[in-house]
Amino acid sequence: MKQLLLGAEAIALGALDAGISGVYAYPGTPSTEITEYIQKNRGDREQPVRSAWSANEKTAYEAALGMSYAGKRSLVCMKHVGLNVAADAFINSAITGVNGGLVVAVADDPSMHSSQNEQDSRVYGKFAMVPVIEPASQQELYDAVRYAFDLSESVKLPVLLRLTTRLAHSRAGVEGVSTRSQNPLNAPYAPERFVLMPHNARRQYNNLLGMQGQLEEHSEQSWLNRLIPGTGSTGVLAFGIAFNYVMEVRQAYGLDYPVLKIGHYPLPRKKIESLFSACDTILVAEEGYPVYEELLRGYFGHNKIKGRLDGTLPRAGELNADSVILALGLAKPEVIPVPAIMVNRPPELCKGCGHRDLYEALNTVMSAHEQRHVFSDIGCYTLGALAPYNAIHTCVDMGASITMAKGAADAGLRPAVAVIGDSTFTHSGMTGLLDAINDGSPLTVIIADNDTTAMTGGQDSSANGSRLLEICLGLGVEEAHLKTIIPLKSHLAENIAVLREEIAWEGVSVVIAQRECIETAARKKRNPAAKA
Amino acid sequence: MQINIILAGVGGQGILTIAAVIDHAALQSGLTVRQAEVHGMSQRGGAVQSHLRISDKEIFSDLIAEGTANLILSVEPLEALRYLPFLAPDGRVVTAKDSFINMVGYPSMEQILDELHRTNHPVLVNAAELAREAGSIRTSNMVMLGAAAPFIGIAGETLEASIERLFEAKGADIIAMNIRAFRTGQAFSQLQATAT
Repeated sequence: MKQLLLGAEAIALGALDAGISGVYAYPGTPSTEITEYIQKNRGDREQPVRSAWSANEKTAYEAALGMSYAGKRSLVCMKHVGLNVAADAFINSAITGVNGGLVVAVADDPSMHSSQNEQDSRVYGKFAMVPVIEPASQQELYDAVRYAFDLSESVKLPVLLRLTTRLAHSRAGVEGVSTRSQNPLNAPYAPERFVLMPHNARRQYNNLLGMQGQLEEHSEQSWLNRLIPGTGSTGVLAFGIAFNYVMEVRQAYGLDYPVLKIGHYPLPRKKIESLFSACDTILVAEEGYPVYEELLRGYFGHNKIKGRLDGTLPRAGELNADSVILALGLAKPEVIPVPAIMVNRPPELCKGCGHRDLYEALNTVMSAHEQRHVFSDIGCYTLGALAPYNAIHTCVDMGASITMAKGAADAGLRPAVAVIGDSTFTHSGMTGLLDAINDGSPLTVIIADNDTTAMTGGQDSSANGSRLLEICLGLGVEEAHLKTIIPLKSHLAENIAVLREEIAWEGVSVVIAQRECIETAARKKRNPAAKA
Repeated sequence: MQINIILAGVGGQGILTIAAVIDHAALQSGLTVRQAEVHGMSQRGGAVQSHLRISDKEIFSDLIAEGTANLILSVEPLEALRYLPFLAPDGRVVTAKDSFINMVGYPSMEQILDELHRTNHPVLVNAAELAREAGSIRTSNMVMLGAAAPFIGIAGETLEASIERLFEAKGADIIAMNIRAFRTGQAFSQLQATAT
């Protein structure tokens, strides 16, 4: 019987069945559910599978590479911007190559449902010159994970498995196959591959360049690249999940145009050439950036190609059947407009959330200053940027609150205040705080410690509570300027006093606002046996 | 047969529970299911929606195209209007009348009802009241599922079996209460259908 799984869960089940010995990840929408599924379901496996959250995507990636070095299969998961954090490890792991299969599942977020950009991870795959797999359905995801691990071990390279929000967060029936046993421990000494001093790196890089033809041959033969034959002068080159929309429209409108489905890169040149020679017009439908449309057009253009670059499809945002209908010049059904009375309903901090009390206190303190900039970061507390608090003024990337506040302080901005969550602090905030201490940059860091990674649904943080205090002391924060407050209404006056004093002080101070996330607290209350 | 359903509500109102029941019932009926949902930032009190598609043949797209939804099932009246462009000309809106106001500029109920009445025989449900009658306001979802049941293309008994399955771990009382809520919604919907 088929199981109804999210795309993210289909990857997880596929990886467990493919014999992974571990998953490494930092939570990030829309990738979080991959690791969560493994955490919940690894117990019924014969062999142990490690699955705890990593501090960030770079530590996750490197640990996954280490597991692969030791001969075992490892999965590493992140959202698209997480690959920026792990990029150093990712690019260089293509130079070293792998031993046990290494699959990096990266979930992109076109339309930016829960992200700060819609970067396309296929660019990274091309940049690293490794195989990229981009399945179109939940079942394909499940099957492709096994395929990607086998491919990774066969070509001795990491394989990038790219998906997007819509597939990660959509359910469909998935049928599994039998479980493959885990690889035995097998760690050969291979410093000529893994010591990337220039003399080794040059040779390894040449090997990687030399393999590209072989990788293209794999794509040419891949079941993920296939032609749906048809008639007519217009053909469609459909990448990843764009295939679904193209086929939806083809079915709904009873059309018969040929479709070349691409789900395995580098591009299968021969398959593409045959579509191009058979058609006068090619619609290139990519979910994400027009990466391959640009490549196929070339610098001087290509008169057959239509796509995102000439406006046939929208340049930004995720695709859907509607955009494909318009791109093919078909008529849409009559549509009822959204009534004029409609108003937006933006997300907000939960009622009773401790961040509300923190921002109330902080706003009171900052209102007394002429310069009331607050540098913040990525997490639930980012919602403090919206009404009614309007309390923060920046949110750029993980950890940037502390470092941007430091730079602004160095420029002379007073006061310089940063608000960062517990999980984001351990992800990328600690090193920035060390910079500030070493430089004596006067700033106040407020760590909003709610004991969890809340925005992604309550995953364990790498450190919270007393360990955060110890980390700050260890980094060199003076004990006299390391304070703890409890963000509750009843503590408002006291919290204002602490914040006022530390923000006024000309040095590095840290105020930790400690109160458990009300969502995780409620979950524990409902189900006391479950760990948050 | 192919049914496209837009489920609508506000983050935290539990539209995914409704989706889970329909998904399960559809699979039990041997149908194909695709159901796209929203996780992450907008879950925090924002507008959330789920595209649920059921068919007896292959489904390609996880998303419903505009003008092709057979049903908008909303647990909040303003949220039902947000997705009107998806509604097929003969599609139905089934929505709770209980408003959830957590932003400025929320329109008057009169304006919202006016817009809802422009659609094809809308089913407007006093879900909270009916849920309280069934035993708890927390069963509003199942009242709404019951009210929408005639338009889902799956037998009521199959949906009830899926409710039982979904609430299995919570005990017989909770199951009975949710089934009661489902039937209350179903009865309400049938009464409205005969009245219009």
